[in-house]
Amino acid sequence: MAEVKRGYVRPLDLKHGCVDLTHGSGGRSMVQLISELFARHLGNEYLGQGNDGAVLPAPTFNGRPGRLVMSTDSHVVSPLFFPGGDIGCLSVHGTVNDVAVMGATPLYLSAGFILEEGFPLGDLARIVESMARAATEAGVPVVTGDTKVVERGKGDGVFITTTGVGVLPDGLDLGGSRARPGDVILVSGSLGDHGVAIMSKRENLTFEATIESDTAALNGLIAAMLATGAGLRCLRDPTRGGLAATLNEIAGQSGVGMMLYEKAIPVKPVVAAACEFLGLDPLYVANEGKLVVICNALDAELLLNAMRAHPLGRDACFIGDVIADDHHFVQMTTTFGGKRIVDWLAGDQLPRIC
Amino acid sequence: MKYVDEFRDGELAQNLARSIAATVEPGRNYSFMEFCGGHTHAISRYGLSELLPPTVRMVHGPGCPVCVLPIGRVDLAIRLALEQGVILCTYGDTLRVPASDGLSLMKAKARGGDIRMVYSTTDALQIARDNPGREVVFFAIGFETTTPPTAVAIQLAAAEKLSNFSVLCCHVLTPSAISNILESPEVRQWGTVPLDGFIGPAHVSTVIGSRPYEFFAEEYRKPVVIAGFEPLDVMQAILMLVRQVNEGRAEVENEFARAVTRDGNLKAQDRVAEVFELRREFEWRGLSVVPYSALRIRQKYAGFDAERRFKLDYRSVPDNKACECGAILRGVKRPQDCKIFGTVCTPENPIGSCMVSSEGACAAHYSYGRYKDAA
Repeated sequence: MAEVKRGYVRPLDLKHGCVDLTHGSGGRSMVQLISELFARHLGNEYLGQGNDGAVLPAPTFNGRPGRLVMSTDSHVVSPLFFPGGDIGCLSVHGTVNDVAVMGATPLYLSAGFILEEGFPLGDLARIVESMARAATEAGVPVVTGDTKVVERGKGDGVFITTTGVGVLPDGLDLGGSRARPGDVILVSGSLGDHGVAIMSKRENLTFEATIESDTAALNGLIAAMLATGAGLRCLRDPTRGGLAATLNEIAGQSGVGMMLYEKAIPVKPVVAAACEFLGLDPLYVANEGKLVVICNALDAELLLNAMRAHPLGRDACFIGDVIADDHHFVQMTTTFGGKRIVDWLAGDQLPRIC
Repeated sequence: MKYVDEFRDGELAQNLARSIAATVEPGRNYSFMEFCGGHTHAISRYGLSELLPPTVRMVHGPGCPVCVLPIGRVDLAIRLALEQGVILCTYGDTLRVPASDGLSLMKAKARGGDIRMVYSTTDALQIARDNPGREVVFFAIGFETTTPPTAVAIQLAAAEKLSNFSVLCCHVLTPSAISNILESPEVRQWGTVPLDGFIGPAHVSTVIGSRPYEFFAEEYRKPVVIAGFEPLDVMQAILMLVRQVNEGRAEVENEFARAVTRDGNLKAQDRVAEVFELRREFEWRGLSVVPYSALRIRQKYAGFDAERRFKLDYRSVPDNKACECGAILRGVKRPQDCKIFGTVCTPENPIGSCMVSSEGACAAHYSYGRYKDAA
């Protein structure tokens, strides 16, 4: 990443300019894009090394060597900008959360951009700025990156892949296979906000109240929970497929069943209304800043108090029990007093017809 | 949420459950068909069967729009998309209905067909306006609820002279399907499907009114209670049906009075009559060919009829041999009686149409109720 001398090159035209194929071809334009946009906003001592890879100190936890946790996530959201966020902050939050739910402290991120020829540079700048803000807020720097440009029609504006690395202290093991009958299920707040925000924008539906995505980095909330020393079994962020997919996954991995209580599951009225309208079930709608917690029943109150003391866990609550069940069904006692299965989603949620 | 929570109140449900339990006569079995997929969905989604006494059995009817769509009709739509290169627009659930050669509209889309999901016929019109160089076909399916919007779209297209828009009309009629079930040998002669009454359609009845059901009540001596799609509506309707049976009455009663009148929506009926006429016969999945059971576009609007415009030739395609959708749609069998239910045929890979929509009897039982079989 050699610096291009100012004065010889006109600065990037963020007002009218567009991504073109030269921005990915390894020439001056690419260097300019990297230095004026990516390095400018995301810059830090590791990214500034300017080599093919970032050299990072060996991670430690409280001064002792820990284990590495690594996770990767590609972001292809459409629309790129939505109420409450955009693909930039989403790509940071998504990966930070995937590392954090393992119980690890997220340390570094990488970012790979696939840009479509013709994409406005101004929009790209907004995305990168939002990414930088999210990374700063989460305290996780982007230490290495990559940019590719594909021809017009071969991408959808911008795709971003981020990879995160974190450090996990010895002795802490969270995972989907650790749920046991008798454990309880908690969530950190209302469900379905992100998916409905995206869907309403995509289908051009407007509601009286704007529905904002809940996209947020959960590492702060998780650190506060871990600090309580409570008996945590498993943490997950219920993204695609929503709460239903997450719990079915855990039930299968742990070989247990679950019983949810529909009355206890928090869904904002405006989200519930939009779901009614669109023919969706909020249990299957994606979240980007929520946490599903499986923990020892005795520690539930302790954890709920810690979660509620954090801004991202204010509405944390108990929603169900882990039970013994050879069929590993996730069941729910409905508001009506009946029972039903909360199954995996088959394909995409499609609106019913009448 | 206002106007929704009131109809899903758990305490009221328990009260109704107690009333039903107190009203059923000892030693008597009650078997009611809920005609609509919307009711099937509500029963499964809220676990209603657990609130009913064991002597009250609900039989799922054929009123799920995608379930009664025969393979041959979906094949026509797929051919339009893949061979004629049209933009094919349709409602969500239709995309997954299995067709010939292992295809569905969803799979045809992956093979390059320009197939788009729309929420309304006006979305399809807009796509036609935005793509003047392309043929845009709306694959119109559903009962009387979805028919008026299709009529309006055709009239708007005619008024705008939108010459690249047409409709593949597969609209079907509720009363014909009910007659077909009541006339079936299983109900009429053999009595293998005991039917003591019907929960009448909700949204369909807002359009056609309650009058069309009076014939069934009188002619076949079957009580009909028209009910809304909310779970409390269904519970209340069951209570009303039990009372009618106990008292030996066979009347049309309207539980859904907040939306349904005796005459229905006359404006909508006029629009439909203006644009559509009866088809002499139409193939239904499960009920086979039913005379005068569907609509086609009148000569006056022939230019907007995709069947005429693309000279489509309907070919009937038999269902998979192992699939019991036909018997399930007629109430003769239950989903769990089918050999391939939950094994070969799942919501991810539906063999029969009842496994497609959550309104379909098989998908509803698989997604919400199969814990009962496991017990």
